[in-house]
Amino acid sequence: MAKVPVQFTLNGSEKAEFIESGTTLLHALRDKIGDTSPKGGCHQGTCGACSVIIDGELRLSCLTLAETCNGADIRTTAGLAEAGVLHPLQRAFLDAFATQCGFCTPGMIMAAKVLLDRTPNPSREDVVEALSGNICRCTGYEPIIQAVLTAARANSQNAA
Amino acid sequence: MSLALQTFSTVKDANAALQASGTRYLGGGTLVVRGANEGDVSVSSLVRVTEPSLSAITVSGDKVQLGASVTMAAIARHPDLAAVAPAARAVGGPAIRNMATVGGNLFAPAPYGDFAVALLALDATVTAETGETPIEDFLTGRDSSRAIITAVEFSLPKADSFHFLKVSRVKPKGISVLSIAALLQRTADGTVTSARIALGCMADRPMRAKAAERALLGCKLTPQEIAPALAAAGEGISPITDPIASTWYRAEVLPVHLGRLLLG
Amino acid sequence: MELRKDYFADVREDGLHEIGQPRPRLDSPGHVTGKTAYFADRNFPGMLHLKMVRSPHHHARIRSIDTSEAEKHPGVVRVLTAKDVPHNVYTILILIQIGPEDETVLADGKVRWKGEAVVAVLAETERAAQEAAAKVKVDYEVLPAVFDMEEALKPGAPIVNEYHGQNYYLYDSGECRKVRFGDVEAGFAQADHILEQTYQSSPIEHAPTETTGCVVAPEGNDRFTCYTNTQAMFFTLDNTSIILQMPGSKLHFVGGTVGGGFGGKVDVIVEPITILAAKLTGRPVCFIYSREEEMQISSPRAAEKVVIKDGIMKDGRIVARKVTGYTDAGAYSRHSPYGAQKGAAHYPGPYTIPNVWIDTYCVYTNRTPSSAMRGFGVTIGDFALEVQMDKLARLIGMDPLEFRFINAYRDGDMKAHRQPTEGAALIECMQEASRAANWPVAEKYMAMSSYRKGA
Repeated sequence: MAKVPVQFTLNGSEKAEFIESGTTLLHALRDKIGDTSPKGGCHQGTCGACSVIIDGELRLSCLTLAETCNGADIRTTAGLAEAGVLHPLQRAFLDAFATQCGFCTPGMIMAAKVLLDRTPNPSREDVVEALSGNICRCTGYEPIIQAVLTAARANSQNAA
Repeated sequence: MSLALQTFSTVKDANAALQASGTRYLGGGTLVVRGANEGDVSVSSLVRVTEPSLSAITVSGDKVQLGASVTMAAIARHPDLAAVAPAARAVGGPAIRNMATVGGNLFAPAPYGDFAVALLALDATVTAETGETPIEDFLTGRDSSRAIITAVEFSLPKADSFHFLKVSRVKPKGISVLSIAALLQRTADGTVTSARIALGCMADRPMRAKAAERALLGCKLTPQEIAPALAAAGEGISPITDPIASTWYRAEVLPVHLGRLLLG
Repeated sequence: MELRKDYFADVREDGLHEIGQPRPRLDSPGHVTGKTAYFADRNFPGMLHLKMVRSPHHHARIRSIDTSEAEKHPGVVRVLTAKDVPHNVYTILILIQIGPEDETVLADGKVRWKGEAVVAVLAETERAAQEAAAKVKVDYEVLPAVFDMEEALKPGAPIVNEYHGQNYYLYDSGECRKVRFGDVEAGFAQADHILEQTYQSSPIEHAPTETTGCVVAPEGNDRFTCYTNTQAMFFTLDNTSIILQMPGSKLHFVGGTVGGGFGGKVDVIVEPITILAAKLTGRPVCFIYSREEEMQISSPRAAEKVVIKDGIMKDGRIVARKVTGYTDAGAYSRHSPYGAQKGAAHYPGPYTIPNVWIDTYCVYTNRTPSSAMRGFGVTIGDFALEVQMDKLARLIGMDPLEFRFINAYRDGDMKAHRQPTEGAALIECMQEASRAANWPVAEKYMAMSSYRKGA
């Protein structure tokens, strides 16, 4: 089985690995690099648990082949806290009880981050739309939506 | 055999590689990588192309050319493509829209392929190295298609002439129960002079509602006058059954939603 | 009214300091940082992937299994069949003496539902395991299948599960669980109206975001550590011990972190075969359901059919209720005999009815084995009962909420299964609901209490 090199930046640090051709980014991150924050829930693009940010865009790592990510800037929930200080989204998810089983949480936070990066003051509809590819089977959507709105308010207060 | 990816810089080279058995073209990955993840071991080799023209959107006058690798997200946010943006936005969630391509949507089996439904109503032309094909013919023969699609072209519909509706059970986004796209030309008094209606989930691929199209000619869009078109909407359909809805259900609700689309 | 201070003054302490206070969830910091370790986050060097070859038929005899091509496939380490499993026939509830053992870890001679596990393939990569699984040849003789509970109970129906010998679970009470209270026929005879209705439900899948699975690592000391998302840790450990004929001291289960369960992860399915695979290969092994397996293979909530016949007086009193409940266990028992029994205890609902007759059947069909899900045995019954209550109220032209006040059980009332009612508070709940929903009822109902005089 032919191994191919992949090299990209993960949460700001350089990563280089030899992987089997055809390996998904989800498997490369979890099994090779050791970042298990993206979760494999369906491997078919339905649940959003594997969501990561590639070059500023939300993507599904389960449907992305790792070798197509050479040179990319990849962000995951594992890299969101800085020096142990939680990102406002993480803080808001904690405070709003926006986690239940927690399996969808890293993907939800990635989807929310892309939204807030582009739309600092989103409407409720913006939030619902941004999270529409992420399933929470515990059905805790309302606290999740509230958490994202709270994080947006916290961001804009900090910026003011 | 494991799965191997080959990357080419030109469509020509990729087309040559695609002729090998067990090889499929990788666009956004939402169909072929999913298939591999789900244990489809018939595919052992994937081919992709990095040619920049595949990702280009060209709008000149009312002529639109979308490279096959253009994503749903790129269409949805393009300032000149507002008329077809609703169909692009109807596909998946944000992450899927960042990945799913125009070319891939042409091959997506029902219940997927909502954007192809819009392209069918718009009478798009599908371009490959081998030439151009009207979308209706392309869809009919797509199972045996072995040439990489490079672009689709269509005329941008005038405001109010293009209507698109996707019905799903999950709000705000879900898999299609059905989707409908309609391109209607009307006179100043509202009389329909031409109609092209495309349906999703009413067969294994997008199809036209030709009987309904004919029945709409000469009608104004009122409940009374469109009634014959709604009654004819089911002619020739064989809706899919899947976990979202049954054949029976899809057939039952089609006239209801077509009515809402036409009157909305 | 504060029920805590009034109705429950005797049984609830007043000096509580935590209720009503937001307290951080202990698991949330792990969830929001992606650090929570789910079973699939454990990765071991040299870990093998297990893929299951499953029955494409609802009911079939296995003539032969040929694994020779699969075994030769590059990357394949071992292929397991029924003969590799030390105690292949088991049933989960044997731990609480509910037998007989009726289910196979890997099919032996017969498959009883579409999707049943037949052969386990172990390979270096997931892809190699998938490719080899496609090369396993199973020769089936397709048998007639039965999917409908009433069809299954008819004489001459195909026998689904020979370990039972008939298509229902044989309780110590006979072909069904029975509750007999008063004289139901006399009740019907005195009733002003009789209403008999049938309610049915389909199976419901839990669809957890994290699919069922486990990762097993052999330790150096003959022990096996099993990282699992089971919701039933010790049930799984004890059943595994029986199936593998291994003392429980050799099994170390690590779990408790479940990416959504809802009752769907209480069956003992993936752990025994994965531990066996680790034992026979000496390698770490992971067995993770694909999304399709989660939806099609894991136990759903049982399909149920509930027939309710009520005798009712013009003044609103229900004087007789006869319920026949059917729980579709699918091909194997799992938790369904218990679910059907729970239904028997739950009927006739939270109402005091003098004449009650209940039969609940646990029926075997060639469908996916069903099991636990959120209030199983009760949830569908409640749907049926409360729809029936609305229909009864309509039948006699009575407000549906007032109708429930008339029939609500109250403290001291004897329930049909001979447990006296205590701490009911149903009247008080409905009074609160009446106020909260702005659905007024007559003053005499608002003056009622769950306390019976002298109770």
